[in-house]
Amino acid sequence: MATTVEFTMKIRRYNPEVGTEPWWDEFDLEMEPNDRLLDALHEVKWHHDGTLALRRSCAHGICGSDAMLINGENALACKVLVADVAPNVTIEPIRGLPVLKDLIVDMEPFFKGYESVLPYLINDDQPPDDRERLQTPEELEKFEDTTKCILCAACTTSCPVFWSDDEYVGPAAIVNAHRFINDSRDHGAQERLRILSEKTGVFRCRTTFNCTEACPRGIKVTKAIQDVKRSILFDRF
Amino acid sequence: MILQTLYQQCIKRDVRFFNEFYVTDLLRTDEGTVAGVVAYELATGEIHVFRSKAVLFATGGYGRVFSVTSNAHALTGDGPAVAYRRGIPLEDMEMYQFHPTGIYKMGILLSEAVRGEGGILRNHAGERFMERYAPTVKDLAPRDMVSRAIVAEVKEGRGIDGKDYVHLDVTHLDPEIIETKLPDVTEFARIYLGVEPTTEGVPIQPTAHYAMGGIPTNTDGQVVLGANETPVPGLYAAGECACVSVHGANRLGTNSLLDIVVFGRRGGRHMAGYAASVPLPAKPEAAADTTRAELDVLLSSNGSENVADIRSELQREMFDKAGVVRTEESLSQLQTILVGLRERYAHAVVQDKGKLFNTELMETWELGCLLDISDTLAAGALARDESRGGHFREDHPLRDDGHWLRHSLASREPDGSVRLAYKDVKMGPYVPMERKY
Repeated sequence: MATTVEFTMKIRRYNPEVGTEPWWDEFDLEMEPNDRLLDALHEVKWHHDGTLALRRSCAHGICGSDAMLINGENALACKVLVADVAPNVTIEPIRGLPVLKDLIVDMEPFFKGYESVLPYLINDDQPPDDRERLQTPEELEKFEDTTKCILCAACTTSCPVFWSDDEYVGPAAIVNAHRFINDSRDHGAQERLRILSEKTGVFRCRTTFNCTEACPRGIKVTKAIQDVKRSILFDRF
Repeated sequence: MILQTLYQQCIKRDVRFFNEFYVTDLLRTDEGTVAGVVAYELATGEIHVFRSKAVLFATGGYGRVFSVTSNAHALTGDGPAVAYRRGIPLEDMEMYQFHPTGIYKMGILLSEAVRGEGGILRNHAGERFMERYAPTVKDLAPRDMVSRAIVAEVKEGRGIDGKDYVHLDVTHLDPEIIETKLPDVTEFARIYLGVEPTTEGVPIQPTAHYAMGGIPTNTDGQVVLGANETPVPGLYAAGECACVSVHGANRLGTNSLLDIVVFGRRGGRHMAGYAASVPLPAKPEAAADTTRAELDVLLSSNGSENVADIRSELQREMFDKAGVVRTEESLSQLQTILVGLRERYAHAVVQDKGKLFNTELMETWELGCLLDISDTLAAGALARDESRGGHFREDHPLRDDGHWLRHSLASREPDGSVRLAYKDVKMGPYVPMERKY
């Protein structure tokens, strides 16, 4: 392991119990290059300022709770290393959702969008002989990429359309719709395509690709959105 | 995938979630029947009393008692700790599983699939050391054996660069196989270690992974008390926080699904039937008082002890002295250290005095749970002077069925100390035998 890295971390703060306006705090830190940015945030919270509020849990990119704006780009703090971003690190909450305290935003509007696309298997048929419904590898491949979503909101809150139009369901909701629309075991595709053809749906997308760049799971988000647009145009009846 | 699917099905069925509510207390009537829970709402700082006919804890494990763990930060054993404080003895707390291949220092799990596909463990000399410990199955020996072998190599000075890790080597495998069959592994090695697994060894060390012990239940998920396993009316537990004891002293890979899928379902079904058959218990008097008092103490402390420092020391000492290898000496020392840490905890200071998203307050409260869990684990491990499954005593390396073919039950005495009792093991068709590989 190399020597330590000294850097300044600038964090956008907000606490309605303290005041109505956000402010910036700077912390001088010394960390190992291989430390995660989440470790640096913990260093601040645990040894500099206990009032700093953030969400995190698994610390390795599975739970999706620590999405934030890091040097202007959405990422999970647990998947960015100090060496990737030092010496100047600026951290802000993800955009387009109401900030509640420091890096914690109100995720309700995000989950409302997710729930609106019926993100669950719709199939009222009895499974064959009470066993699992089988699928070929080719059938799985159609939607495997979009099963990787962890609902961190990095894509949706990097989308300029979502920032300006809070009715838009956003990329994450469409990714999860795509996951079921293309699942051979599911019967709800027509209903989801109808929902996503409305003005709050996929045609809001302006293909800026921010979402694809932001996804910490490497999902081809823009492609999934285009897939759904195409399904609405050509597959819907 | 299971978690996502469960969440999706909950949305489909319009299940109401109380997100970011922390359960801090379990309500029981004078007769012991469950009457609900108390919870702290993180967003507002309000304390809520939930009345209910039945409660099922699915609160997960307590890997965060150790410094190197695959477990999430949230896994601080709150459920077992709350049950313990409310008179439920905890079962087999000394039975904890360490997974051999955690990413060095971070503990992030590299799946067994890596060795399944042909990955090899190597020490500083590049030696495939598992050949000496398990000549037939080598790197595919059970988790506890491989973990102990790594610790032994490190102790003998054969760790990489003299440090406390070894290499997981897949460089001899087809890069195509590595990319397609082990995508998580390559991703984790590249992101967190800057290591290219197709050309170099990946630094790994044993990581605290799974609690075999926990809140004792029967096969219907009912929480049971004592040697005769009397159910607590209305109280259920499932998942890692529970101890149905299908794993005994050592879990096999993937068998955690039994705790989640099989006993989660059985517990839920039994609970639904129970709730339909009983009236709502009366609301206990002053239900929120204990929680309010606990939080007031933490918020009004004028001490100067740093919470993170206490927690880090606890985790390091637990990993070092009650981890993969234990001795009477290490565990006795640990108990003295735990007493000292608890004294410091009484003087811990919470900087954030606010109501909104006071995550510092909750982290401090969780440290109290970690301390309780650590007490039970250390006491059970010290008393059990034999080795069995995940519990290895270097000073008593053999299994001793005559004395120890039994479950431990750790209860909390009024003065906070741990009292141990034991209950018989329900034997299935298999007779325990020495494991030789």
